[in-house]
Amino acid sequence: MIGGVQGSGVDTSAQFFAKAAAAGGLQVFGKREYYSNIKGEHSYFQVRVSKGTIRSHVDTVDMLATFEEETIFRHALEVRKEGAIIYDPDLDPKRLDQVPTIESNVRSVLNAELSKAGLSADVKGILELARRRGVHIYPVPYNEILKEVGAKHGETSLSTLQRMLNTMAVAASFALLSYDENVVKDAVRKQFKSKPKVAEMNADAVGAAYDYMEEKYGGSFSFRLTPEKVEGPRLFVRGNTVVAMAKELAGCRLQTYYPITPASDESEFLESHSEIELDGHTAHENPQAAENIALKAKGSIAVVQSEDEIAAVTMAIGGGLAGVRSSTSTSGPGFSLMAEGLGYAGMNEVPVVVTLYSRGGPSTGLPTRHEQGDLRFALYAGHGEFPRFVMASGDLEEVFYDTVRSFNYSEKYQTPVIHIVDKALANSDCTLGMFDVNRVKIDRGDFLKEITTAVNGEFKRFLHTPTGVSPRAPLGTKGGINWYTGDEHDELGHISEDPVNRDYMMDKRMGKLDLADREIPIAERVNFFGPENADITVISWGSTKGAILDAMEWLKSDGISVNFIQIRLINPFPTEYVAKLLSKARKIVGVEMNFSAQLVGVVREKTCIPIEQLVVKYNGRPMSAEELYDALKMIHEGKAPKKLVLKHGA
Amino acid sequence: MALKLSDLKTSAHNDWCPGCGDFGILNAVQMALAEMNVDPTNTVVVSGVGCSSKAPHFIKTYGVHTLHGRAVPFATGIKLANPNLEVVVEGGDGDGMGIGAGHFVNSGRRNVDMLYIIHDNEVYGLTKGQASPTLGLGMKPKSLPSPNINQAINPLMLAIASGYTWVARGYSYDVRHLKDLIIKGIHHKGYAFLDVLQPCPTYNDIQTKEYWAGEGNLDDAGRPKPRTYKLEETGYDGVVHNNAEAEVEQKIQQAILKSFEFGDHTPIGVLYQNEFVPTYEERLAGRSPSYKTSPPASQEIARPDGTPLANINKLLEDLRVF
Repeated sequence: MIGGVQGSGVDTSAQFFAKAAAAGGLQVFGKREYYSNIKGEHSYFQVRVSKGTIRSHVDTVDMLATFEEETIFRHALEVRKEGAIIYDPDLDPKRLDQVPTIESNVRSVLNAELSKAGLSADVKGILELARRRGVHIYPVPYNEILKEVGAKHGETSLSTLQRMLNTMAVAASFALLSYDENVVKDAVRKQFKSKPKVAEMNADAVGAAYDYMEEKYGGSFSFRLTPEKVEGPRLFVRGNTVVAMAKELAGCRLQTYYPITPASDESEFLESHSEIELDGHTAHENPQAAENIALKAKGSIAVVQSEDEIAAVTMAIGGGLAGVRSSTSTSGPGFSLMAEGLGYAGMNEVPVVVTLYSRGGPSTGLPTRHEQGDLRFALYAGHGEFPRFVMASGDLEEVFYDTVRSFNYSEKYQTPVIHIVDKALANSDCTLGMFDVNRVKIDRGDFLKEITTAVNGEFKRFLHTPTGVSPRAPLGTKGGINWYTGDEHDELGHISEDPVNRDYMMDKRMGKLDLADREIPIAERVNFFGPENADITVISWGSTKGAILDAMEWLKSDGISVNFIQIRLINPFPTEYVAKLLSKARKIVGVEMNFSAQLVGVVREKTCIPIEQLVVKYNGRPMSAEELYDALKMIHEGKAPKKLVLKHGA
Repeated sequence: MALKLSDLKTSAHNDWCPGCGDFGILNAVQMALAEMNVDPTNTVVVSGVGCSSKAPHFIKTYGVHTLHGRAVPFATGIKLANPNLEVVVEGGDGDGMGIGAGHFVNSGRRNVDMLYIIHDNEVYGLTKGQASPTLGLGMKPKSLPSPNINQAINPLMLAIASGYTWVARGYSYDVRHLKDLIIKGIHHKGYAFLDVLQPCPTYNDIQTKEYWAGEGNLDDAGRPKPRTYKLEETGYDGVVHNNAEAEVEQKIQQAILKSFEFGDHTPIGVLYQNEFVPTYEERLAGRSPSYKTSPPASQEIARPDGTPLANINKLLEDLRVF
């Protein structure tokens, strides 16, 4: 764990740590926690490193690196026995009451612990308490070492040197773990590749930290981190970026957004990569495609920052009407403003994708924290009844392929699609195998390039068809014209309040959900993990997937068998399949990151199967594998209350 | 083949009140489109919600009747997705400057190349005559239970302040003049705003057709003097010709002064035009040049077998750690 004041480079140093570990062939999972603040508040980054697959974060900290006092006060006691704290000894005299950003309840708990142990309420005291609990304490005089490095490079500016604090802290951590120094140096050079001088100075800072740690503490720490051999390419990615890349691949060519945490990073990535390379390698296979490619060597995505989320969603719907794959990305408060737009898209059968980054609500809520509180809202946002898809991804790999699917569903069934990506995924960084772009297919549904069926120049956009899906021609298509309206309308799109027409149109629109239910394979809608028969059946959705899978493995070695139903397409709900699985279950546990277990309610509504045992969490911090493991164990032993609320997290 | 006025009419039943000012605007729009000989399949009329927003259903081009107050962002999305389309936006004053005020202002900052026509009758007609944002303080059209307690927005000044690059006012019963303004607004390169004075015979018994024709506003000879006058007949020139800073400033100032003339001596015509301001489409092309050569709607995204055409290998390569 690396902690520090927001804006001081905590993110950068954690990224550097993670990349250096990943460069050594290790798998990495990083979780970022921060306040809704630009500078000054506490933030931390937790990185989990392993030789094998990692899917979640854990609560216990093996190693804590920092150069400021608040991180020590907040996290020193989370470090496990035999773990390590690396810090700057200049901080020793800093008192707890001098840190105004620590909440008073946190402060009083710490004060009580320290006074019980007869220790002073300062950095020195809390580190002594950690030491008594078996934690190794490593003071590193960063500034002295930095000055030496600076002198070597003729750099005396304190502020320039201070910028290398992050590098030092990371290097000291790696040195303690006896990790290959050259891998770390290469990683730092790569990080600063555009500034060779800075890169070399940072590489020297790495060397100096290694020298200091070796000389002073060599051999004192028993954990080791050794580079691994890796088969095939590996990526280190963040959730927002994965969505953005998948949108470009999927053919999204209009993205609108209003700035909101934690969604904006995606749009900013798209904006800075708005020129899109087109694939010309296999052009000769298809003359028509070859011609197009020759004409248009590159593609582009128009990224528009709108005045509010109402404009964001309506602009995107405009793009959909013009035949362009269009999307907008937002979070709870912005999504609230989009409700009316969704209804219009549903009413007019316009394809549009809303990527909904789920954060803590209600109202402004916990803007930078995690929660799955918007499922019910995503399912029902908007007045009246109209079809929509609601999907939720469980990890970054799913995020990639689901993003492409969201556009396919949206065009094939001509409906809005809401793709929920939890904040815990949006702000997670992890190593992944290379995405298989060859697995990706684009399905635009019944999409006309020319209208040939117009009568008197008028095209029946909402033509009666047996499936409910009518051929769609974008605005500007030659051969006919038609109308759109938010009012109930006839086949041409003109306003109609005729009751017979109304019945037909409602059946047509809502019937598309039944069609999708019949057509979309279960493999795209539900994941089922674990043995067919198990002591416990967990049902959940979204980012809890990683913690559940990790906990399942640990429980297996305790002799407790668990299987897990992960719902990815929540509307249309895979009712029959889920009902079948649940009816075989011995003990069903609903696991969710919200107060009321929203999916459990949906399951009951759809399948009539009640789920009595809940594990929920709503303190804004993602579920760890450990607390879930404890919870499931307690349930198995029959010691848990019906609604078990998890509370961990800082 | 030249487009006839009748080619732009539809069979949809028009349910506006007899004598509604909307008819004049509808006729002017159809006359303008016919005179310009537009391709109806390449033209989109976008509207909000309200009496006037039913207009697209009566015009035989692509028509998008959207949500209350949201015509402009819908139109923006349409135009940016396919900049080759001719996009005209129509809506009421409440739609544009009440519920849609945020979009009215912010779309001015973008300068998307389209025309926005506001049917300005100072009341909310479809909900039976409540005060709209352009109704003056203390005014009491017959449907208001008591005089208006809000001040009126000055739509022309608001448009100029927001960055619209063509600002004009027309009158719905001077159809030929209005038609010419619509043609100019469509031809203008950039975002054009046309405020149209429009009697509401059912709910606004103050600014009636007779009022604008000069009833109670007599000249020295005792004849009714029309309350509107044409700017171009006074030698007024609102056009920025050489983009010098001082010139732009002077043209904006004179347009703002003109925007305050309302009532007995109300100007109609072009108050301001500046084609030197880059359009949003040009700004997007500045960011990504291929926006111009292949805008979103003309891009192929997949081969016939569904294989995506976008190649994201370079993006993935940047994120490779091993």
